[in-house]
Amino acid sequence: MAHIIVPIKQVPDMERVKFDTEAGRIDRSSASGEINPFDLNALEAAVQLKETLGGTVTTISMGPGQAEASVRDSLARGADRGVLLADKAFAGADTWATSYTLASAIKKLGDYDLIICGEKTVDGDTGQVGPEIAEWLNIPHVAYVSAIRKADEKAITVTCEMESASYGIESPLPALITVTKDINVPRLPSFADKMKARKAEIEKWTAADIADVADPANLGLKGSPTRLNKVIIPSEEGRKGEMFRGNLDEATTKVADALQALGLFGSSK
Amino acid sequence: MNEYKGLMVFAEQTEGRIHPVSYELLGKGTEIAQKLGIEVSSVLLGSNMDDQINELFYYGAKKVYYIDHPALADFDLLNYKHNLVRLVNEVKPETVLVGATHLGRSLGPRVAAALATGLTADCTALEVGDEGNLIQIRPAFSGNIFAHIRTTTRPQMATVRYKVMQKLARDESKTGEIVRKDAEIVESLLKIIDKTSSGDVNIAEAEVVVCGGRGLKSAGDFALLEDLAKALGGTVGCTRPIVDDAWMGKQHQVGFSGNTVQPKLYVAVGVSGSPQHLAGMRDSDVIVAVNADPSAPIFKVADYGIVGDLYEVVPKLTSEAQRRS
Repeated sequence: MAHIIVPIKQVPDMERVKFDTEAGRIDRSSASGEINPFDLNALEAAVQLKETLGGTVTTISMGPGQAEASVRDSLARGADRGVLLADKAFAGADTWATSYTLASAIKKLGDYDLIICGEKTVDGDTGQVGPEIAEWLNIPHVAYVSAIRKADEKAITVTCEMESASYGIESPLPALITVTKDINVPRLPSFADKMKARKAEIEKWTAADIADVADPANLGLKGSPTRLNKVIIPSEEGRKGEMFRGNLDEATTKVADALQALGLFGSSK
Repeated sequence: MNEYKGLMVFAEQTEGRIHPVSYELLGKGTEIAQKLGIEVSSVLLGSNMDDQINELFYYGAKKVYYIDHPALADFDLLNYKHNLVRLVNEVKPETVLVGATHLGRSLGPRVAAALATGLTADCTALEVGDEGNLIQIRPAFSGNIFAHIRTTTRPQMATVRYKVMQKLARDESKTGEIVRKDAEIVESLLKIIDKTSSGDVNIAEAEVVVCGGRGLKSAGDFALLEDLAKALGGTVGCTRPIVDDAWMGKQHQVGFSGNTVQPKLYVAVGVSGSPQHLAGMRDSDVIVAVNADPSAPIFKVADYGIVGDLYEVVPKLTSEAQRRS
């Protein structure tokens, strides 16, 4: 496996994001940026392949300047090279424009054998960017991969999870796979790895750097066929929120009464 | 843009059986089509499925484009993509709806990229906008927000979550037009080597889910939940840490990285309610939470919360359920 590319995204730490129901605003100020948790599984899968088969791992990310920290983190976790696509021209991209931009940059990187993406991101939650990159690059893809069974220079065999069954699928290379959280447990970087990554150079590319492979009309908000009309932050109102404590006999009886009244308990069955 | 007309539902099939999400999309599609005065069609890729086409009519399709070829019997990504893109380019529907199943979420993005059009992922609601365009509503940030999205290109495409839309009552008197299209087969590249069925647990279909989390002290204690689930006619689910500890199989997992469920009744037992877990169950009709910790976030989404030791509460609930049935 000569070259594996892992597209990664910096996302806010979801435990710390605050949602303002009334203002319809997402407050990320107290949430630090981190590598999308699903992408850590993709990176770990790539590094494990490198360890058994040799080759190099490149991470590539599109995002604001501060996403450099996540690209650097990927180097501490075993990537050999990190590229950050940062330019105002990329801002506001939907999955179509994002996948176009990443695929263009991958073309620019040159030869590759395998692209590994996380199943989805915890913020956008679409899972679309991986398969769309594969379409732009005109290579096969397998989504929802829970295991890599076998890989060599020419082909990869994976386990693909569909709802009713799992499939063993063989694909020639180059190919793209999107991996689920079940594929591995990402390792933590050692102190030495972190120190080494701190000094490493992160390549920064702008729209001008990919101008020979990417049509500027397809970048960012301008290139995005979908538009956000508005964001609604639902409150949990509408839920009864009746709490019972203390006398547990009384509590269970009351809850059972309420559920029975709704036809969910007892006599309706 | 005006040349694009009508609404098309991708009819997903596995082993010759149409996935129920396709019928749900025909139901929603019919509602949208009636508002706009347009036609609902469906596209079916498969082999020897003539007997299934009528089902699409019974559930609301007025026209079914049928691409029949042995190479399309099973999901073959590149051939499905190629033939779907060809058909959409020929028929030019204004809207294309695809079930947000694993198959749909793998196929849809490739089709949208190839058609140079937008695709909104995993919608939970669809509305008709002021200009007759499709407003696609989807959860993001692990279900904490709902984004309202429109598409500036055509067709406007969306994948739609299973078990969210209502299908129409099956009506055998309904008929429609079958339009047979020849398949154009390309090199498939992806080779299926083996297949293992996931077993018969389908938690996404369950009407009642009793879900256990870290509050349970051992794998054996899930028997308590089995008893309650049995009394309620439901299925047992669990949180991610339980699967990580191999106490239960992945097919039982509820949450962001597991199954999304939407039962009539969800009973969370010893579940703290992480954002990732809430993302998989917050749309349940009625939520009951049992937890010893009154500050557990699960109580914020619960209709009924019982603060107490689950080892006391669950057997009581079970006997209440048995007594009343």
